[in-house]
Amino acid sequence: MRLLLLLSLLCPVTTALAIDTLRFDNATQQAEYENITSELRCLVCQNQTIADSNAELAADLRRQVYEMLQQGRSQDEILRFMTDRYGDFVLYNPPFKAKTGVLWLGPVAFLIVGLISVGLVIKHKRKTKPEQAVTSLI
Amino acid sequence: MLKYIIPLIIFIIMAVFLAIGLHLNPSEIPSPLLNKPAPVFSAKQLDVPEQVLTPDDLKGKVWLLNVWASWCVSCRQEHPVLNEFVKQQPVTLIGLNYKDEPDAAKQWLADLGNPYTMSIMDNDGRIGLDWGVYGVPETFVMDKKGVVRHKHTGPVTIQAVQDELLPLILQLQAEP
Repeated sequence: MRLLLLLSLLCPVTTALAIDTLRFDNATQQAEYENITSELRCLVCQNQTIADSNAELAADLRRQVYEMLQQGRSQDEILRFMTDRYGDFVLYNPPFKAKTGVLWLGPVAFLIVGLISVGLVIKHKRKTKPEQAVTSLI
Repeated sequence: MLKYIIPLIIFIIMAVFLAIGLHLNPSEIPSPLLNKPAPVFSAKQLDVPEQVLTPDDLKGKVWLLNVWASWCVSCRQEHPVLNEFVKQQPVTLIGLNYKDEPDAAKQWLADLGNPYTMSIMDNDGRIGLDWGVYGVPETFVMDKKGVVRHKHTGPVTIQAVQDELLPLILQLQAEP
């Protein structure tokens, strides 16, 4: 029973979406709307997208996205409109720039450092005490 | 010996980074508006809705834009500081009444005092959106050319007035 409860906690929870009643001209526009709103961060509740959030600011930003789509603006234009006002932080997928270089390259750098140190440790052990290294592996 | 020193060094590096992380405020997002012209608006005045204010009307002056609302709890905390601030340093302080009811806003000012040179209305939050407002109260400082020079997120404290706002305003007023 306890195990069952524990397992149920591990099950993925479906995200609750904030509900607006919006009318779209066609399915492409609706898909674009859903795509853009799930790319933008809600700045009040920072770990939610504006599509997920019920915060008032998120509702305002959704309305803005909707209106701009109705005016026939492209996805790039809308995202630029948002970053001009709220900065790159509003994007869940930050662009690759000098400022975000550490963010993008950091994990790769750590992986390389890790691999090199593992390599060095193995090499070192083999060189110094071959018999001992083999026995400790077994 | 190295076996003990390397983990120690790694621990120290991690501790330093974590300590820095503890002192960062994740709700403070740098504004992309800094050193750019103030976003254009044309807003009705709270007291005289027939009259509008645009940033062009304020050219040649150092001015502050304070985003506030009667529903905002932190604004209540900030308000006495603003009252005192304008008494000490006469400055053009424009209040952006964000997503508020005009009547509630007027009552709020009547009850708590009015530090603003003028308040303008942004009932649906569209002006706020152009200014990248995400948490009320927020305060922007504009220079004489109408360029945004500083943004303060959250309630203005006495310390923020002394350390940030006052020196900056004096500096900007000395600029041509």
